[in-house]
Amino acid sequence: MSTSARYWREIPQRYRLEAGKCSGCGAIWFPPRLVCKECGKREFEVVNLPDRGKVQTFTVIRVPPSEFCDQAPYALGVIELENGVLLQCQIADCSPDELSVGMPVRIEFRKIKEEGEAGIICYGYKAVPVRE
Amino acid sequence: MRDVAVIGIGMIKWGELWEKSLRTIFVEAALNAIDDAGVDHIDSMYVGCMSSGLFVGQEHLGALLADYLGIAPVSAVRVESACASGGAAFRQGFIEVASGMSDIVLVGGVEKMTDVSGGGATFALSTAADQEYEVYNGVTFPGLYAMMARAHMERYGTTRKQLAQVAVKNHENGSKNPHAQFQMKITVDQVINSVMIADPLTILDCSPITDGAAAAILCPLEVARKISKKPVVKVKSSSAATDSIAIHQRKDITHLQAAEDAAAKAYKLAGVEPSDVDLAEVHDCFTIAEICAIEALGFVEKGKGGSATEAGETAIGGRIPINPSGGLKAKGHPVGATGVAQICEVVTQLRGDAGERQVENARIGLTQNMGGTCASCVVHILEVA
Amino acid sequence: MAGIVGYGAYAPRYRIKVEEIAKVWGTDAESYKRGLRLEEKSVPGLDQDVITMSVEAARNALKRARIDPKKIGAVYIGSESHPYAVKPSGTVVGEAIGATPDVHCADFEFACKAGTEGMFVALGLIEAGKMEYALAIGADTSQGAPSDALEYSTAAGAAAFIFGTKDVIAEVTHTFSYMTDTPDFWRREYMHYPRHAGRFTGAPAYFKHIKGAAKAIMEISGKKPEDFAHVVFHQPNGKFPTTVGKQLGFKPQQLETGLLCPRLGNTYSGSSPMGLTAVLDVAKPGEEILMVSYGSGAGSDAFIYRITEKITEVQGLAPKTTDYLDRNKVYIDYGTYAKLRKKIRMGE
Repeated sequence: MSTSARYWREIPQRYRLEAGKCSGCGAIWFPPRLVCKECGKREFEVVNLPDRGKVQTFTVIRVPPSEFCDQAPYALGVIELENGVLLQCQIADCSPDELSVGMPVRIEFRKIKEEGEAGIICYGYKAVPVRE
Repeated sequence: MRDVAVIGIGMIKWGELWEKSLRTIFVEAALNAIDDAGVDHIDSMYVGCMSSGLFVGQEHLGALLADYLGIAPVSAVRVESACASGGAAFRQGFIEVASGMSDIVLVGGVEKMTDVSGGGATFALSTAADQEYEVYNGVTFPGLYAMMARAHMERYGTTRKQLAQVAVKNHENGSKNPHAQFQMKITVDQVINSVMIADPLTILDCSPITDGAAAAILCPLEVARKISKKPVVKVKSSSAATDSIAIHQRKDITHLQAAEDAAAKAYKLAGVEPSDVDLAEVHDCFTIAEICAIEALGFVEKGKGGSATEAGETAIGGRIPINPSGGLKAKGHPVGATGVAQICEVVTQLRGDAGERQVENARIGLTQNMGGTCASCVVHILEVA
Repeated sequence: MAGIVGYGAYAPRYRIKVEEIAKVWGTDAESYKRGLRLEEKSVPGLDQDVITMSVEAARNALKRARIDPKKIGAVYIGSESHPYAVKPSGTVVGEAIGATPDVHCADFEFACKAGTEGMFVALGLIEAGKMEYALAIGADTSQGAPSDALEYSTAAGAAAFIFGTKDVIAEVTHTFSYMTDTPDFWRREYMHYPRHAGRFTGAPAYFKHIKGAAKAIMEISGKKPEDFAHVVFHQPNGKFPTTVGKQLGFKPQQLETGLLCPRLGNTYSGSSPMGLTAVLDVAKPGEEILMVSYGSGAGSDAFIYRITEKITEVQGLAPKTTDYLDRNKVYIDYGTYAKLRKKIRMGE
């Protein structure tokens, strides 16, 4: 089992969706990179991603990794956020038959998993359907 | 660069090989290749293996396997590129012979997957995806390919039945391959109605957990012409490409860009077009993967992989036979061995030794081996010399 | 004057009906429905706990406060179900909302009163001029032992309040606290479920402390029950707050808006704070609100709020508490409830 440092160093991304915006071409990378994949520049400013988007594709995991056994079946999707940035996360509060491509979602702060009964609790982002 | 030939191939029967260890299955396949080639020594060895550390707790395979094969003290290293490890190892062997550094190089691929539980295997395989931004959220490989399948279905109208047809065709081919893990035929209804793993993919859309090894022996083409008693198969070109490891960081989730990039280079180096290829072994770890692969390789138009499969174009006897060996789906998918086994099948086909599954008049064959969701891809084009 | 500048609530979408629990234990659902005015309660998903609900409630409060989270000088979370026995909830929430690192964090625990405890301290720091803004949250995913009377009410939810002195929407005009050592409910270390003292939790505990605090704060402020547009009491069930309201001279209508327990359950540290958010959602400028919490062990914190003109600007900036109560709710059976609340012993 890895130490908690590995979880800790991703906190800005997991908790606040901090991304890197390239000062050269304006491309936004999540997670941040050291080199822009589009233009090769190495300077970035920190930006927070929007918390709204829509489902680009999805699946329902029925045979999960062991750490996610109690959560299965759960939905997972590629989410296109309002600024065009894509991320991958679970789609919570949603039954499999409600899912559809293009479905509007909002990002919420959720528990992702626990490292066993005595280990750390890992938090992060999940999408939830916007039903208004 | 020297021209390079494959003068020996070695396979074993794949499956759940409870009584055999990693070193045993590797040595068996390697000895078959040495015997097939008729060589009396090996100058260097590459071993493709994705995750022996997680599957059997054993790293440092180069030394271990060279020792057990009886070829120590030659140079021997392991090559890792997830499920493309076998193809990547073969490419390293090719480069070493082409460069003139060595004459006789053994390339083996191996994975012993059944010594861990299902959960353990799922975890080991998941290390080929982005640990922090894909796996952290609970995704699995079937899940990643399922999302690619869903996007392909949405965009191109690919149907559930067309996906199933890939598995049906590959099981049909596998039933004619004595080395294949599965030798039973299946139907479209069986695929669609089998246990759901990650919607829309069922268990019969997925390649299995397999113990297996494969090996090939490379040498300069000139040497092969002198010593080989079998039809000589030349490696016309070798190429590899990479892409973002996480599917959501790609421009088009339905497209295997690394496969297209690797194939474009391989076609150019070989001086052939997709239409010149007589058969291909592609990386059908999931049914959708074969559909995407044949599109990226230029065998069918983008978006037409499903309908071409349904129309029988990819069956043995069809316009472009894909995976006559049974593919990963039926032959099995011991991840590190897969890329080398693809070479073995193409060589078998080009030699005309494929028996019931022989593709008629096969002169040029292609292999496409990919890691993860095609974040790495290795393509080789082989030809009867 | 110091007061609330932003507020927000959060509740999970899962609900279980009293009938469903009663069916499993062979009890009479009607006795809970009529006797204790309980209809259904919220249940957290497997991926929800005090920290996740606190973050969402705090984000809603930030939307209403319209302030830079870096200006928040304190993050206080009151709960009896902090996810860790040792490791603060506040730092996670502070990090998630962007308030770290120049911030003071503390986790409070005082049975159902921990939320208002945080509010009391946050307010004090603002009044003392120690910081510009302070965030206080009451949140719980409380657990009652299977078949215990508490199982029909223990629920999940959170409410967050940002205190400050600029653009205040609800001024805090008076506070009063009333505490004694009264062992009516407790949970020892390493115990999964709390214990309670049955009917002893009534008159000498809940009623004595709520009335003690309410009477005192009305006396020092010179207010009478009819001066308040709304009153919010801690609500372990639907009956206790109704009864104490009547005993103190309030009319049922004054309690109605903030009485969430019948359809939400008892969210413990989130209970009276969530009642207050529901009131703030509809409050009008000039109205006065009395809030009295209760925590076993035992004590009550009382607050009097006076609504300002600013309230109308912020009410619509985040989801209303009733949105969480009424929209998208999903009823679950006891089996699912047992799974979500980890009452099923799993294999390795």
